[in-house]
Amino acid sequence: MTDLTVRIASIEMANPSMLASGILDETGESLLRMMTAGAGAVVTKSIGLAAHDGHRNPCIVEIPTGYVNAMGLPNPGMEEFAEELSSIMPSPAPVVASIYAASAEDFALIAARMENAGAAGIELNLSCPHASGYGMEVGIDPASVSRIVSAVKDAVKVPVMAKLTPNTADIVSIGKAVQDAGGDAVVAINTLKAMVISPEFARPVLSNRYGGLSGPAIKPVGVRAVYDLYKSLDIPIVGVGGIENWRDAAEYIMAGATCFQVGSAVGRVGPEVFKDITAGLELFMDSYGYPDVESMRGVAHE
Amino acid sequence: MSDAVVVKERRPESKDTVTLTFDWDVHVAPGQFLMVWIPGLDEIPMSVSSVGPEKSVTVRKAGEASSALQDLQPGDRFAVRGPYGNGYNLNGLKTLVVGGGVGMAPLMPVLRTIYADLVIGARSSDEILFEEEASRYCNVIRISTDDGSQGFHGNAVQLAESLMDEGGYEQVIACGPEIMLYYLFQACERRGIPCQLSLERYMKCAVGICGSCMLGKERVCVDGPVFDSGRLRMLPEFGRSKRDPAGRLIRI
Repeated sequence: MTDLTVRIASIEMANPSMLASGILDETGESLLRMMTAGAGAVVTKSIGLAAHDGHRNPCIVEIPTGYVNAMGLPNPGMEEFAEELSSIMPSPAPVVASIYAASAEDFALIAARMENAGAAGIELNLSCPHASGYGMEVGIDPASVSRIVSAVKDAVKVPVMAKLTPNTADIVSIGKAVQDAGGDAVVAINTLKAMVISPEFARPVLSNRYGGLSGPAIKPVGVRAVYDLYKSLDIPIVGVGGIENWRDAAEYIMAGATCFQVGSAVGRVGPEVFKDITAGLELFMDSYGYPDVESMRGVAHE
Repeated sequence: MSDAVVVKERRPESKDTVTLTFDWDVHVAPGQFLMVWIPGLDEIPMSVSSVGPEKSVTVRKAGEASSALQDLQPGDRFAVRGPYGNGYNLNGLKTLVVGGGVGMAPLMPVLRTIYADLVIGARSSDEILFEEEASRYCNVIRISTDDGSQGFHGNAVQLAESLMDEGGYEQVIACGPEIMLYYLFQACERRGIPCQLSLERYMKCAVGICGSCMLGKERVCVDGPVFDSGRLRMLPEFGRSKRDPAGRLIRI
Protein backbone atom coordinates (compact mmCIF):
# COMPACT_ATOMS: atom_id res chain seq x y z
CA MET A 1 0.00 0.00 0.00
CA THR A 2 1.48 3.34 -1.09
CA ASP A 3 1.47 6.01 1.59
CA LEU A 4 0.79 9.49 0.19
CA THR A 5 0.66 11.36 3.50
CA VAL A 6 3.24 14.04 4.12
CA ARG A 7 4.11 16.43 6.88
CA ILE A 8 5.56 19.94 6.76
CA ALA A 9 6.58 20.76 10.34
CA SER A 10 3.27 20.29 12.20
CA ILE A 11 1.08 20.46 9.08
CA GLU A 12 -0.20 17.00 8.22
CA MET A 13 -1.49 16.40 4.72
CA ALA A 14 -3.44 13.41 3.37
CA ASN A 15 -1.58 13.77 0.09
CA PRO A 16 1.36 15.91 -1.08
CA SER A 17 -0.67 18.28 -3.32
CA MET A 18 -1.34 21.79 -2.10
CA LEU A 19 -3.32 24.60 -3.73
CA ALA A 20 -0.91 27.43 -4.60
CA SER A 21 -1.58 30.94 -3.36
CA GLY A 22 -3.61 33.22 -5.59
CA ILE A 23 -5.75 30.49 -7.12
CA LEU A 24 -9.45 30.21 -6.15
CA ASP A 25 -8.61 31.02 -2.57
CA GLU A 26 -10.15 34.39 -1.76
CA THR A 27 -13.38 33.02 -0.26
CA GLY A 28 -14.16 30.29 2.28
CA GLU A 29 -16.31 28.40 -0.18
CA SER A 30 -13.70 28.38 -2.94
CA LEU A 31 -11.12 27.03 -0.47
CA LEU A 32 -13.56 24.28 0.53
CA ARG A 33 -14.12 23.42 -3.12
CA MET A 34 -10.38 22.94 -3.66
CA MET A 35 -10.25 20.60 -0.64
CA THR A 36 -13.15 18.61 -2.09
CA ALA A 37 -11.29 18.56 -5.43
CA GLY A 38 -8.49 16.71 -3.62
CA ALA A 39 -5.91 19.24 -2.43
CA GLY A 40 -4.04 17.89 0.61
CA ALA A 41 -3.77 21.47 1.89
CA VAL A 42 -4.68 24.90 0.55
CA VAL A 43 -2.90 28.23 0.60
CA THR A 44 -4.96 31.42 0.64
CA LYS A 45 -4.78 34.51 -1.51
CA SER A 46 -2.06 36.80 -0.14
CA ILE A 47 -3.72 38.83 2.59
CA GLY A 48 -2.64 42.33 3.58
CA LEU A 49 -3.61 44.72 6.36
CA ALA A 50 -6.38 46.46 4.43
CA ALA A 51 -8.67 45.68 1.52
CA HIS A 52 -7.03 46.15 -1.85
CA ASP A 53 -8.57 46.05 -5.34
CA GLY A 54 -5.40 45.02 -7.16
CA HIS A 55 -4.38 46.23 -10.59
CA ARG A 56 -6.80 47.33 -13.26
CA ASN A 57 -7.62 44.82 -16.02
CA PRO A 58 -6.07 43.32 -18.09
CA CYS A 59 -4.58 41.37 -15.17
CA ILE A 60 -3.78 38.24 -17.10
CA VAL A 61 -2.53 37.11 -20.49
CA GLU A 62 -2.86 33.52 -21.65
CA ILE A 63 0.11 32.19 -23.57
CA PRO A 64 0.45 28.67 -24.99
CA THR A 65 2.62 27.48 -22.09
CA GLY A 66 1.06 29.31 -19.18
CA TYR A 67 -0.15 32.64 -17.91
CA VAL A 68 1.43 36.03 -17.38
CA ASN A 69 -0.48 37.73 -14.58
CA ALA A 70 -0.37 40.93 -12.60
CA MET A 71 -3.33 40.71 -10.25
CA GLY A 72 -1.66 43.20 -7.90
CA LEU A 73 -2.48 41.48 -4.61
CA PRO A 74 -6.27 41.97 -4.51
CA ASN A 75 -7.67 40.89 -1.15
CA PRO A 76 -10.43 41.83 1.26
CA GLY A 77 -8.03 42.79 4.06
CA MET A 78 -7.00 41.01 7.23
CA GLU A 79 -10.16 41.43 9.31
CA GLU A 80 -12.67 40.55 6.62
CA PHE A 81 -10.61 37.58 5.46
CA ALA A 82 -10.24 36.34 9.04
CA GLU A 83 -14.03 36.04 9.16
CA GLU A 84 -14.01 34.20 5.85
CA LEU A 85 -11.42 31.77 7.25
CA SER A 86 -13.17 31.27 10.60
CA SER A 87 -16.38 30.41 8.76
CA ILE A 88 -14.83 27.21 7.35
CA MET A 89 -13.12 26.05 10.55
CA PRO A 90 -12.61 23.25 11.39
CA SER A 91 -11.71 22.61 7.75
CA PRO A 92 -11.35 19.16 6.16
CA ALA A 93 -7.76 19.98 5.10
CA PRO A 94 -5.19 22.39 6.57
CA VAL A 95 -5.32 26.02 5.44
CA VAL A 96 -2.05 27.93 5.12
CA ALA A 97 -2.52 31.71 5.09
CA SER A 98 -0.41 33.60 2.58
CA ILE A 99 0.35 37.11 3.76
CA TYR A 100 2.09 40.23 2.46
CA ALA A 101 3.09 43.48 4.12
CA ALA A 102 5.47 46.37 3.76
CA SER A 103 7.21 45.87 7.13
CA ALA A 104 8.24 43.00 9.40
CA GLU A 105 5.89 44.36 12.11
CA ASP A 106 2.89 44.24 9.78
CA PHE A 107 3.81 40.73 8.63
CA ALA A 108 3.79 39.66 12.29
CA LEU A 109 0.46 41.35 12.97
CA ILE A 110 -1.29 39.74 9.99
CA ALA A 111 0.24 36.33 10.73
CA ALA A 112 -1.09 36.41 14.28
CA ARG A 113 -4.57 37.35 13.08
CA MET A 114 -4.56 34.49 10.54
CA GLU A 115 -3.38 31.99 13.15
CA ASN A 116 -6.17 33.17 15.41
CA ALA A 117 -8.69 32.64 12.60
CA GLY A 118 -7.62 29.02 12.17
CA ALA A 119 -4.66 29.00 9.78
CA ALA A 120 -2.52 25.87 10.22
CA GLY A 121 0.51 27.66 8.81
CA ILE A 122 1.74 30.94 7.39
CA GLU A 123 3.25 31.44 3.94
CA LEU A 124 5.18 34.68 3.57
CA ASN A 125 4.79 36.23 0.15
CA LEU A 126 8.36 37.46 -0.36
CA SER A 127 8.18 37.01 -4.08
CA CYS A 128 5.30 38.73 -5.86
CA PRO A 129 6.99 40.23 -8.96
CA HIS A 130 4.36 42.86 -9.75
CA ALA A 131 3.54 44.87 -6.63
CA SER A 132 5.65 47.90 -5.92
CA GLY A 133 7.17 47.96 -2.41
CA TYR A 134 6.07 44.41 -1.62
CA GLY A 135 6.93 40.84 -2.44
CA MET A 136 9.98 40.37 -4.59
CA GLU A 137 11.28 43.82 -3.76
CA VAL A 138 11.87 42.67 -0.17
CA GLY A 139 12.41 38.99 -1.04
CA ILE A 140 15.72 39.42 -2.85
CA ASP A 141 17.49 40.89 0.18
CA PRO A 142 18.62 38.23 2.71
CA ALA A 143 18.69 40.75 5.58
CA SER A 144 15.07 41.86 4.98
CA VAL A 145 13.95 38.25 4.60
CA SER A 146 15.64 37.34 7.84
CA ARG A 147 13.97 40.21 9.74
CA ILE A 148 10.51 39.28 8.45
CA VAL A 149 10.86 35.55 9.19
CA SER A 150 12.12 36.26 12.74
CA ALA A 151 9.30 38.69 13.45
CA VAL A 152 6.64 36.28 12.23
CA LYS A 153 8.19 33.32 14.06
CA ASP A 154 8.01 35.35 17.27
CA ALA A 155 4.34 36.16 16.62
CA VAL A 156 2.86 32.72 15.87
CA LYS A 157 3.13 29.08 16.94
CA VAL A 158 2.11 27.55 13.61
CA PRO A 159 4.78 26.73 11.00
CA VAL A 160 6.09 29.62 8.92
CA MET A 161 7.20 29.10 5.35
CA ALA A 162 8.63 31.64 2.96
CA LYS A 163 7.78 31.69 -0.73
CA LEU A 164 10.86 32.55 -2.73
CA THR A 165 11.28 34.43 -5.95
CA PRO A 166 13.27 32.96 -8.83
CA ASN A 167 14.01 36.52 -9.96
CA THR A 168 17.38 36.60 -8.21
CA ALA A 169 20.86 35.46 -9.06
CA ASP A 170 21.07 33.36 -5.90
CA ILE A 171 17.89 31.76 -4.57
CA VAL A 172 19.92 29.55 -2.22
CA SER A 173 21.20 32.47 -0.14
CA ILE A 174 17.60 33.63 0.35
CA GLY A 175 16.62 30.09 1.36
CA LYS A 176 19.48 30.04 3.87
CA ALA A 177 18.32 33.36 5.31
CA VAL A 178 14.89 31.81 5.91
CA GLN A 179 16.40 28.75 7.57
CA ASP A 180 18.80 30.75 9.73
CA ALA A 181 15.97 33.01 10.91
CA GLY A 182 14.02 29.97 12.12
CA GLY A 183 11.69 29.50 9.16
CA ASP A 184 10.06 26.06 9.00
CA ALA A 185 10.07 25.61 5.22
CA VAL A 186 10.65 27.35 1.92
CA VAL A 187 8.29 27.39 -1.03
CA ALA A 188 9.91 27.62 -4.46
CA ILE A 189 9.23 29.16 -6.88
CA ASN A 190 6.95 32.14 -7.39
CA THR A 191 6.38 33.46 -10.92
CA LEU A 192 9.14 34.72 -13.22
CA LYS A 193 8.99 38.42 -13.96
CA ALA A 194 7.69 38.73 -17.50
CA MET A 195 6.02 40.92 -20.12
CA VAL A 196 3.73 40.47 -23.12
CA ILE A 197 3.46 43.19 -25.79
CA SER A 198 0.63 43.59 -28.28
CA PRO A 199 2.16 44.34 -31.69
CA GLU A 200 -1.13 45.82 -32.95
CA PHE A 201 -1.39 48.27 -30.06
CA ALA A 202 2.37 48.71 -29.57
CA ARG A 203 2.12 48.43 -25.79
CA PRO A 204 2.36 45.87 -22.99
CA VAL A 205 -0.96 44.06 -22.56
CA LEU A 206 -1.04 44.01 -18.74
CA SER A 207 -2.20 47.26 -17.17
CA ASN A 208 0.79 46.90 -14.84
CA ARG A 209 3.06 46.31 -17.86
CA TYR A 210 5.08 43.71 -15.92
CA GLY A 211 3.64 40.44 -14.71
CA GLY A 212 4.66 37.02 -13.49
CA LEU A 213 4.95 33.96 -15.73
CA SER A 214 3.47 30.72 -14.40
CA GLY A 215 2.54 27.35 -15.87
CA PRO A 216 4.48 24.63 -17.73
CA ALA A 217 6.86 27.24 -19.19
CA ILE A 218 8.55 27.65 -15.78
CA LYS A 219 8.65 24.05 -14.58
CA PRO A 220 12.29 23.32 -15.40
CA VAL A 221 13.30 26.54 -13.63
CA GLY A 222 11.35 25.50 -10.54
CA VAL A 223 12.78 21.99 -10.54
CA ARG A 224 16.30 23.40 -10.78
CA ALA A 225 15.61 25.84 -7.92
CA VAL A 226 14.31 23.05 -5.68
CA TYR A 227 17.31 20.88 -6.61
CA ASP A 228 19.72 23.67 -5.61
CA LEU A 229 17.87 24.49 -2.39
CA TYR A 230 17.80 20.81 -1.36
CA LYS A 231 21.60 20.63 -1.58
CA SER A 232 22.03 23.47 0.91
CA LEU A 233 19.02 23.47 3.24
CA ASP A 234 17.87 21.20 6.05
CA ILE A 235 14.31 22.56 6.28
CA PRO A 236 11.58 21.13 4.01
CA ILE A 237 10.98 22.53 0.53
CA VAL A 238 7.57 22.95 -1.05
CA GLY A 239 7.97 22.73 -4.83
CA VAL A 240 5.82 24.85 -7.13
CA GLY A 241 5.88 25.97 -10.74
CA GLY A 242 4.12 24.46 -13.74
CA ILE A 243 2.91 21.20 -12.19
CA GLU A 244 0.05 19.75 -14.27
CA ASN A 245 0.42 15.97 -13.93
CA TRP A 246 2.05 13.25 -11.82
CA ARG A 247 5.30 13.33 -13.81
CA ASP A 248 5.75 17.03 -13.01
CA ALA A 249 5.05 16.33 -9.34
CA ALA A 250 7.50 13.40 -9.31
CA GLU A 251 10.22 15.63 -10.77
CA TYR A 252 9.82 18.14 -7.95
CA ILE A 253 9.81 15.44 -5.27
CA MET A 254 12.89 13.77 -6.75
CA ALA A 255 14.60 17.18 -6.84
CA GLY A 256 13.98 17.39 -3.09
CA ALA A 257 10.46 18.71 -2.47
CA THR A 258 8.52 17.34 0.50
CA CYS A 259 5.25 18.33 -1.12
CA PHE A 260 4.17 20.47 -4.06
CA GLN A 261 1.74 23.19 -5.02
CA VAL A 262 -0.54 23.42 -8.03
CA GLY A 263 -1.74 26.77 -9.37
CA SER A 264 -2.15 27.52 -13.07
CA ALA A 265 -3.25 23.96 -13.78
CA VAL A 266 -6.45 24.60 -11.84
CA GLY A 267 -7.39 26.86 -14.76
CA ARG A 268 -5.60 25.09 -17.61
CA VAL A 269 -6.72 21.58 -16.62
CA GLY A 270 -9.48 22.15 -14.05
CA PRO A 271 -9.95 21.56 -10.32
CA GLU A 272 -9.92 17.79 -10.98
CA VAL A 273 -6.16 18.14 -11.55
CA PHE A 274 -5.50 17.43 -7.83
CA LYS A 275 -7.08 13.98 -7.98
CA ASP A 276 -5.48 13.25 -11.37
CA ILE A 277 -2.01 14.07 -10.04
CA THR A 278 -2.28 12.12 -6.80
CA ALA A 279 -3.84 9.09 -8.50
CA GLY A 280 -1.08 9.06 -11.13
CA LEU A 281 1.59 9.56 -8.51
CA GLU A 282 0.26 6.67 -6.44
CA LEU A 283 0.33 4.32 -9.45
CA PHE A 284 3.88 5.40 -10.32
CA MET A 285 5.13 4.99 -6.75
CA ASP A 286 3.49 1.60 -6.53
CA SER A 287 5.05 0.28 -9.74
CA TYR A 288 8.49 1.79 -9.10
CA GLY A 289 8.73 0.65 -5.51
CA TYR A 290 8.41 3.86 -3.52
CA PRO A 291 6.37 2.97 -0.41
CA ASP A 292 5.96 6.61 0.60
CA VAL A 293 6.76 10.15 -0.55
CA GLU A 294 9.72 10.32 1.83
CA SER A 295 11.44 7.44 0.02
CA MET A 296 11.23 9.30 -3.28
CA ARG A 297 12.33 12.68 -2.00
CA GLY A 298 15.64 13.91 -3.39
CA VAL A 299 16.49 10.64 -5.15
CA ALA A 300 17.68 12.58 -8.21
CA HIS A 301 20.66 13.69 -6.10
CA GLU A 302 21.94 10.15 -5.54
CA MET B 1 -3.42 36.55 -25.68
CA SER B 2 -6.13 38.85 -27.07
CA ASP B 3 -6.77 39.13 -30.81
CA ALA B 4 -6.93 42.61 -32.30
CA VAL B 5 -10.17 43.17 -34.23
CA VAL B 6 -11.46 46.04 -36.36
CA VAL B 7 -14.88 47.66 -35.95
CA LYS B 8 -16.85 46.98 -39.16
CA GLU B 9 -20.10 48.65 -38.29
CA ARG B 10 -21.32 50.78 -35.39
CA ARG B 11 -25.07 50.49 -34.96
CA PRO B 12 -26.98 52.53 -32.37
CA GLU B 13 -29.67 50.28 -30.87
CA SER B 14 -31.31 52.62 -28.37
CA LYS B 15 -30.54 55.89 -26.65
CA ASP B 16 -27.71 54.42 -24.57
CA THR B 17 -26.79 51.20 -26.38
CA VAL B 18 -24.61 50.51 -29.41
CA THR B 19 -23.71 47.33 -31.32
CA LEU B 20 -20.19 46.96 -32.74
CA THR B 21 -19.63 44.27 -35.38
CA PHE B 22 -16.25 42.74 -36.24
CA ASP B 23 -14.84 39.77 -38.11
CA TRP B 24 -13.34 37.17 -35.78
CA ASP B 25 -13.06 33.61 -36.98
CA VAL B 26 -13.50 31.77 -33.69
CA HIS B 27 -16.44 29.54 -32.74
CA VAL B 28 -18.63 31.07 -30.04
CA ALA B 29 -21.68 29.30 -28.59
CA PRO B 30 -24.81 31.30 -27.66
CA GLY B 31 -24.41 32.57 -24.09
CA GLN B 32 -20.61 32.52 -23.99
CA PHE B 33 -18.75 35.77 -23.38
CA LEU B 34 -15.56 37.59 -24.36
CA MET B 35 -13.05 39.69 -22.49
CA VAL B 36 -12.88 42.94 -24.42
CA TRP B 37 -9.73 45.01 -24.08
CA ILE B 38 -9.80 48.74 -24.69
CA PRO B 39 -6.05 49.45 -24.66
CA GLY B 40 -4.96 51.98 -22.10
CA LEU B 41 -8.26 51.81 -20.25
CA ASP B 42 -9.63 48.47 -19.10
CA GLU B 43 -10.65 44.96 -20.04
CA ILE B 44 -14.28 44.01 -19.44
CA PRO B 45 -16.46 40.92 -19.89
CA MET B 46 -19.00 41.31 -22.71
CA SER B 47 -21.82 39.13 -23.99
CA VAL B 48 -21.73 38.25 -27.66
CA SER B 49 -24.81 39.42 -29.56
CA SER B 50 -23.87 37.72 -32.88
CA VAL B 51 -21.95 34.44 -32.99
CA GLY B 52 -21.58 33.84 -36.76
CA PRO B 53 -18.31 34.50 -38.63
CA GLU B 54 -19.14 38.17 -38.11
CA LYS B 55 -19.35 38.74 -34.37
CA SER B 56 -20.88 41.59 -32.43
CA VAL B 57 -20.99 42.99 -28.93
CA THR B 58 -23.80 45.20 -27.73
CA VAL B 59 -22.63 47.82 -25.28
CA ARG B 60 -24.69 49.88 -22.87
CA LYS B 61 -23.06 53.06 -21.60
CA ALA B 62 -22.29 52.24 -17.96
CA GLY B 63 -18.76 53.19 -16.95
CA GLU B 64 -15.60 54.62 -18.44
CA ALA B 65 -14.72 51.47 -20.39
CA SER B 66 -18.16 50.89 -21.92
CA SER B 67 -18.36 54.57 -22.90
CA ALA B 68 -14.99 54.38 -24.64
CA LEU B 69 -16.04 51.17 -26.40
CA GLN B 70 -19.24 52.85 -27.58
CA ASP B 71 -17.26 55.72 -29.03
CA LEU B 72 -15.26 53.44 -31.36
CA GLN B 73 -15.93 54.08 -35.06
CA PRO B 74 -15.68 51.78 -38.09
CA GLY B 75 -12.00 51.11 -38.73
CA ASP B 76 -11.02 51.53 -35.06
CA ARG B 77 -9.42 48.60 -33.29
CA PHE B 78 -9.98 46.86 -29.98
CA ALA B 79 -9.05 43.36 -28.77
CA VAL B 80 -10.94 40.29 -27.63
CA ARG B 81 -10.05 37.02 -25.93
CA GLY B 82 -12.19 33.98 -25.34
CA PRO B 83 -14.81 32.77 -25.78
CA TYR B 84 -15.32 31.86 -22.15
CA GLY B 85 -18.00 30.13 -20.12
CA ASN B 86 -20.54 27.43 -20.79
CA GLY B 87 -23.33 29.10 -22.80
CA TYR B 88 -26.97 28.08 -22.92
CA ASN B 89 -28.01 24.47 -23.39
CA LEU B 90 -30.24 24.77 -26.45
CA ASN B 91 -32.75 21.96 -26.80
CA GLY B 92 -36.15 21.27 -28.33
CA LEU B 93 -38.22 22.29 -25.30
CA LYS B 94 -40.99 24.87 -25.64
CA THR B 95 -39.16 27.94 -24.46
CA LEU B 96 -39.94 31.38 -23.12
CA VAL B 97 -37.02 33.78 -23.44
CA VAL B 98 -36.91 36.78 -21.10
CA GLY B 99 -34.47 39.64 -21.67
CA GLY B 100 -34.12 42.64 -19.40
CA GLY B 101 -32.32 45.73 -20.74
CA VAL B 102 -28.97 44.98 -22.35
CA GLY B 103 -29.47 41.39 -21.12
CA MET B 104 -31.07 40.95 -24.55
CA ALA B 105 -27.58 40.81 -26.09
CA PRO B 106 -26.64 37.17 -25.34
CA LEU B 107 -30.24 36.10 -26.05
CA MET B 108 -30.16 37.15 -29.72
CA PRO B 109 -27.97 34.17 -30.74
CA VAL B 110 -30.45 31.97 -28.84
CA LEU B 111 -33.43 33.42 -30.70
CA ARG B 112 -31.63 32.95 -34.03
CA THR B 113 -31.08 29.26 -33.14
CA ILE B 114 -34.29 27.94 -31.54
CA TYR B 115 -38.01 28.72 -31.73
CA ALA B 116 -39.13 30.61 -28.64
CA ASP B 117 -41.58 33.18 -27.39
CA LEU B 118 -40.07 36.36 -26.05
CA VAL B 119 -40.52 38.94 -23.32
CA ILE B 120 -38.43 42.10 -23.67
CA GLY B 121 -38.25 44.25 -20.56
CA ALA B 122 -36.99 47.84 -20.50
CA ARG B 123 -37.29 50.89 -18.32
CA SER B 124 -38.85 52.92 -21.10
CA SER B 125 -39.85 52.60 -24.79
CA ASP B 126 -36.61 54.22 -25.97
CA GLU B 127 -34.55 51.51 -24.24
CA ILE B 128 -36.19 48.48 -25.85
CA LEU B 129 -33.58 46.40 -27.65
CA PHE B 130 -33.81 44.17 -30.73
CA GLU B 131 -37.62 44.21 -31.04
CA GLU B 132 -37.54 44.48 -34.82
CA GLU B 133 -34.99 41.71 -35.44
CA ALA B 134 -36.58 39.40 -32.86
CA SER B 135 -39.96 39.77 -34.58
CA ARG B 136 -38.46 37.88 -37.53
CA TYR B 137 -37.81 34.82 -35.33
CA CYS B 138 -40.55 34.83 -32.69
CA ASN B 139 -44.28 34.35 -33.14
CA VAL B 140 -45.02 35.85 -29.75
CA ILE B 141 -43.21 38.97 -28.55
CA ARG B 142 -44.42 40.92 -25.54
CA ILE B 143 -42.88 44.13 -24.28
CA SER B 144 -42.86 45.48 -20.74
CA THR B 145 -41.74 48.96 -19.71
CA ASP B 146 -41.36 50.18 -16.16
CA ASP B 147 -42.94 53.53 -17.07
CA GLY B 148 -45.70 52.11 -19.26
CA SER B 149 -44.50 54.00 -22.34
CA GLN B 150 -44.86 50.86 -24.44
CA GLY B 151 -46.54 47.49 -23.96
CA PHE B 152 -47.26 46.11 -20.51
CA HIS B 153 -46.87 48.70 -17.73
CA GLY B 154 -44.77 46.85 -15.18
CA ASN B 155 -41.73 44.62 -15.02
CA ALA B 156 -40.66 41.75 -17.24
CA VAL B 157 -41.18 39.15 -14.51
CA GLN B 158 -44.85 40.06 -14.03
CA LEU B 159 -45.39 39.83 -17.79
CA ALA B 160 -43.46 36.55 -18.03
CA GLU B 161 -45.59 35.10 -15.21
CA SER B 162 -48.82 35.80 -17.09
CA LEU B 163 -47.38 34.16 -20.21
CA MET B 164 -46.15 31.15 -18.22
CA ASP B 165 -49.64 30.69 -16.76
CA GLU B 166 -51.22 30.37 -20.19
CA GLY B 167 -48.36 29.18 -22.41
CA GLY B 168 -47.39 25.63 -21.37
CA TYR B 169 -43.67 26.47 -21.44
CA GLU B 170 -41.21 23.70 -20.66
CA GLN B 171 -38.29 26.04 -19.91
CA VAL B 172 -37.31 29.67 -19.44
CA ILE B 173 -34.05 31.15 -20.75
CA ALA B 174 -33.13 34.61 -19.52
CA CYS B 175 -30.57 37.33 -19.00
CA GLY B 176 -30.93 40.69 -17.32
CA PRO B 177 -30.42 42.51 -14.03
CA GLU B 178 -29.89 40.07 -11.17
CA ILE B 179 -32.92 41.29 -9.26
CA MET B 180 -35.09 40.47 -12.31
CA LEU B 181 -33.47 37.06 -12.64
CA TYR B 182 -33.96 36.35 -8.95
CA TYR B 183 -37.72 36.98 -9.09
CA LEU B 184 -37.98 35.18 -12.42
CA PHE B 185 -36.30 32.15 -10.83
CA GLN B 186 -38.81 32.24 -7.94
CA ALA B 187 -41.68 32.45 -10.46
CA CYS B 188 -40.30 29.45 -12.37
CA GLU B 189 -39.81 27.48 -9.16
CA ARG B 190 -43.42 28.09 -8.10
CA ARG B 191 -44.60 26.68 -11.44
CA GLY B 192 -42.05 23.86 -11.64
CA ILE B 193 -40.58 25.25 -14.89
CA PRO B 194 -36.80 24.75 -15.27
CA CYS B 195 -34.78 27.79 -16.24
CA GLN B 196 -31.33 28.77 -17.50
CA LEU B 197 -30.16 32.17 -16.33
CA SER B 198 -27.01 34.04 -17.31
CA LEU B 199 -25.41 35.72 -14.29
CA GLU B 200 -22.73 38.35 -13.88
CA ARG B 201 -20.00 38.96 -11.31
CA TYR B 202 -16.92 41.18 -11.12
CA MET B 203 -14.34 39.47 -13.30
CA LYS B 204 -10.57 39.61 -13.69
CA CYS B 205 -8.98 36.52 -15.25
CA ALA B 206 -11.98 34.81 -16.94
CA VAL B 207 -10.03 31.55 -17.04
CA GLY B 208 -11.06 30.13 -13.68
CA ILE B 209 -8.07 30.82 -11.48
CA CYS B 210 -8.30 34.19 -9.75
CA GLY B 211 -11.53 33.64 -7.84
CA SER B 212 -12.86 37.19 -8.33
CA CYS B 213 -16.18 35.99 -9.77
CA MET B 214 -16.98 33.33 -7.17
CA LEU B 215 -20.69 32.85 -6.57
CA GLY B 216 -20.72 30.39 -3.69
CA LYS B 217 -18.63 27.46 -4.90
CA GLU B 218 -19.14 28.34 -8.58
CA ARG B 219 -16.81 30.32 -10.83
CA VAL B 220 -19.10 32.45 -12.97
CA CYS B 221 -16.41 32.66 -15.70
CA VAL B 222 -15.92 28.91 -16.21
CA ASP B 223 -18.73 27.09 -14.39
CA GLY B 224 -21.18 29.76 -15.65
CA PRO B 225 -22.21 32.29 -16.72
CA VAL B 226 -25.36 30.22 -17.39
CA PHE B 227 -26.80 28.40 -14.38
CA ASP B 228 -29.77 26.04 -14.46
CA SER B 229 -32.41 25.65 -11.75
CA GLY B 230 -30.63 22.79 -10.03
CA ARG B 231 -27.46 24.81 -9.54
CA LEU B 232 -29.30 28.06 -8.73
CA ARG B 233 -31.00 26.30 -5.79
CA MET B 234 -27.52 25.62 -4.36
CA LEU B 235 -26.45 29.28 -4.56
CA PRO B 236 -27.71 31.23 -1.54
CA GLU B 237 -25.67 34.25 -2.72
CA PHE B 238 -27.76 34.48 -5.93
CA GLY B 239 -29.91 37.61 -5.77
CA ARG B 240 -28.48 38.57 -2.37
CA SER B 241 -24.79 39.35 -2.43
CA LYS B 242 -21.79 39.76 -4.70
CA ARG B 243 -18.09 40.53 -4.26
CA ASP B 244 -16.22 43.75 -5.02
CA PRO B 245 -12.81 43.87 -6.76
CA ALA B 246 -11.08 43.29 -3.39
CA GLY B 247 -13.22 40.22 -2.70
CA ARG B 248 -15.40 41.84 -0.02
CA LEU B 249 -18.96 40.58 0.21
CA ILE B 250 -21.53 43.28 -0.58
CA ARG B 251 -25.31 43.09 -0.52
CA ILE B 252 -27.20 43.47 -3.78
